[in-house]
Amino acid sequence: MPFLTVLALLVPVAAGLWGTLMPAFGHLPAAGHVGVSLVAWEALFDWPGLGRAVWLSVSVGVVSTLVALSLVMLIVAGWHGTRSFQVLERLLSPLLSVPHAAAAFGIAFLIAPSGWLSRLLSPWATGWARPPDLLIVQDPWGATLMAGMIAKEMPFLLLMTLAALSQVRHVDYARVTRALGYGRVKGWLIAVFPAVYAQIRLPVYVVLAYGMSVVDVAVILGPNTPPTLSVQIVRWMSDPDLMLRMQAAAGALLQLALVGAALAAWRGAEWAVARWGRAWATAGGRMRRDWPLRAVGQLAAVTCSAAVLAGLGGLAVWSVAGRWRFPEAWPQTLKLSSWMRHGPEALEVAGVTLFIAAVAVLIALILVIGCLEAEHREGRPMNPAALWVLYLPLIVPQVAFLPGLQGLLLWLGWDRGLWPVIAAHLVFVLPYVFLAFADPFRAWDTRQATVAASLGASANGVLWRVRMPMLLAPLLTAAAVGIAVSVGQYLPTLLIGGGRVSTLATEAVALAAGGDRRAIGVWGLAQTGAALLPFALALALPAMIYARRRGMRGD
Amino acid sequence: MGLKLTDVTITAPGADAPMLALSAHVAPGAVLSIMGPSGVGKSTLLAWLTGTLPGGFRATGSAVLLGRDITDLAPEARRLGILFQDHLLFPHLSVGANLAFGLAPKVSERRDVVDQALADIGLAGYAQRDPATLSGGQRARVALMRMLLSEPEALLLDEPFSRLDATLRDQMRELVFSRARAKQLPVIMVTHDAQDAEAAGGEVLHLRAAQAVR
Repeated sequence: MPFLTVLALLVPVAAGLWGTLMPAFGHLPAAGHVGVSLVAWEALFDWPGLGRAVWLSVSVGVVSTLVALSLVMLIVAGWHGTRSFQVLERLLSPLLSVPHAAAAFGIAFLIAPSGWLSRLLSPWATGWARPPDLLIVQDPWGATLMAGMIAKEMPFLLLMTLAALSQVRHVDYARVTRALGYGRVKGWLIAVFPAVYAQIRLPVYVVLAYGMSVVDVAVILGPNTPPTLSVQIVRWMSDPDLMLRMQAAAGALLQLALVGAALAAWRGAEWAVARWGRAWATAGGRMRRDWPLRAVGQLAAVTCSAAVLAGLGGLAVWSVAGRWRFPEAWPQTLKLSSWMRHGPEALEVAGVTLFIAAVAVLIALILVIGCLEAEHREGRPMNPAALWVLYLPLIVPQVAFLPGLQGLLLWLGWDRGLWPVIAAHLVFVLPYVFLAFADPFRAWDTRQATVAASLGASANGVLWRVRMPMLLAPLLTAAAVGIAVSVGQYLPTLLIGGGRVSTLATEAVALAAGGDRRAIGVWGLAQTGAALLPFALALALPAMIYARRRGMRGD
Repeated sequence: MGLKLTDVTITAPGADAPMLALSAHVAPGAVLSIMGPSGVGKSTLLAWLTGTLPGGFRATGSAVLLGRDITDLAPEARRLGILFQDHLLFPHLSVGANLAFGLAPKVSERRDVVDQALADIGLAGYAQRDPATLSGGQRARVALMRMLLSEPEALLLDEPFSRLDATLRDQMRELVFSRARAKQLPVIMVTHDAQDAEAAGGEVLHLRAAQAVR
C-alpha cells in the first residue's frame, strides 16, 4: 500500500514533468518538430507580455502568502485561548471548504463597480447613478487577485496552525511569557511561533507555490492583458495552433523555475527572520500595549469571513434575481427562471463531478488506510521523506506537469473517458485525505487493539470491527475534505479531460469571460453545494448512527 | 504448567543494555505481582507478552503457556486476557455486544450466554445499555466478564484497580482474584499499589529503576 501510494503520487508528477520537458526543448512530432531545439524558448521570450506575467505571478504569490500568514499569526498570537478566538475560528473554518472559484466569483460580485458594496454606497455616498468606469476586478496590478487568495488561504493556514499547536506545549509557554511581563502577541511570537512554524512550513510552501501558479481564481479575479503566467500557459495549451503548445511547455518550465526560486528565497528569508527574531526575543521589550495588532488580526478574520460569506450571498441573490438595476441594493423581483434554465444541466454536471470525486476519494481512502495500518502493524513510524512525497504534488505547480501529462496520455491513447481525470484528481485528493485522517488514526488508543486481540480478534478484525467504527467521524470528515478538493479542481479536469469532461469547476470558470451573473450565481452555488454537502453529511451521519453511544460523541 | 517466562530481556530502542531481565513461573491460580516505579518497563513486559511491543524494542527469551510456546504467536492466538485500568469497553458497541465480542464464533445461543454473564455480575438486563452510561464499578465488571467470556488461559492485569475508589477497589480485587482461582488461571499483575500485591497474596517481583539504567 505505501508503495502504491507513492506510485500514485509520483508517477503522474514525474511523467508530467517529462512530458513538459520534451516539447519545451523542441520535441513535439505532432507539430512537426523533432529533436532538440530552442524554438519554444525563443517563441516564449518573444512574447511581449512575458515580463509583466512573470512579475504578476511572483508578486501575487509572495504578497498573498506573506499577508495571509502574517494575519493568521496575528489572529492566533493575539487571541488564542480567549473566547473570541472560538468565534474567529468558527467564522473562518467553514470557508476552507468553499471552492476557490465560487469564493472568487462571490468576491467579484461584492467589489465590482456594479457589485454589492458600490450599490450599498450609491448614490447617497458616492453620487454614482450608474456603475463607475473603474477596473476593480481584474485590475492590472493583481490586487483583487491577491485579496481573493488571501481570503481563501487564511482559513487553510489557520487550520494548519491549530493542528500544529496541538503538538506544541503552547499553553505553558504562553503562561510563562505573560508571567515575564510580555504582551500576548510578542510573547506568543517569540515563544510559540518558532515551533509552530517548523510544523506548518510545508503547508506555507504549498500556499506560496499555489498562489504563484493558481489558474481558476486568476481567470476570475486576475488581470487580462497580460494575465498571470499560469493563465497564459493554459490559454496557449487550449489554442488549436500546436506550435503554441511548445511555447506553453517552455512557459510551464519557467513557472516551475519561478516557484523553485521563490521557495529558495523564502527559505533564505526564514533564516534571516529567525536571526532577527532571536535578537528581538532577547532585546527585552515587552510590547504590553499590543491591542492595535490584536485588533488588526480580529478585523482581518471578520473581513475575510464576511467577504466570502457575503460573496456567496451575492451568488445566491443573483441566481434568483429578476430585474436588478444599479444602484438598487436588492432586485426588484425574484424569480426562479435562472435555475429553471441552468438547473437541469447543472444537476447533470454535478452528478459527473460527484462521481469523479467519490471514486477518487474512495481510492484515496483505501490507500491512506492501507498506509496507516501498515505503519501500525509494522510498529514503526512513517519515513520523514514520505511527508515530502505527500506534499510534492501540492508544491510542484499544477500548470508545470499537467500539460505534459496531457500530452503523454494523448500519445499513449489513454485520454478518453473519466479514468484519466479521476487519476489526476487522485494526485491532489490523496495528500489532503492523508493529512486529514493521519492524526486521528494515530491518536487512537492502541490499547483498544490489544484488548480486541486478546479477545481473539485478528488484525483485520481489530481494524474493521473496532478501529474504523470508532474513527467513523474523522473518516467521514477526511472523505468530505477529499470531495471538496476534487470538486474544486479546475486545471486537472480541463487539461486531462481534454475539454470533453465537464465538472462544476470547469463550467463555472468558463462563465467568467461572459459575465452572465445569473448563470454564474447558479453554477457557483452548485459548486459550493457539492463541496459543502459532504461536510454536512460527515457531521450528521455519525451523530445519527451513534445517537445512543455517548462515548462516541466529541470529547 | 501455568505460565513460564524464561530468560526474558527487553531492550529499548537505541539502548545497549536491556531495560529488564527476568525469569518467572506462575502456577495455575497463582498471582505474580510485578511492582516498581513508572518507566521501569512494567507495561513493556505486558506489551511483549501480548505481542504488541512497539517497533524498535528488542526482546529475547520465551513465554510458554500451558506447554504452548506463545513467544512468536500473533496477539490474537495467544489466549491471554488483559485488563487495563481504563476498562476500555468499545464505545461504539452496546454492553451486550461488548461481551459478545469476546465469545468464540462456535458459541451458540450467544444472547443467552451474554444475558447469563450479565446476571452473574449483577447487571441483569443491561445488554442494550450504552457503556458510557455505566458507573466505573459497573464498567470494570463488564470488562472483566468480557475477558472471561473469551476463555483466556492466563490473565494480565495492568494497574487494573487504580481508577476505582477504595470500596470498589476491594470488591473488584476479590472478584478478579476469586474468578482467576476458580478457573485456575495464572495471573501476572503490574501495579504500583502495595495493597494490590498484598490482596493477590502471591509472589511479588520488584523491578528497580537501576535495572533500567544498567
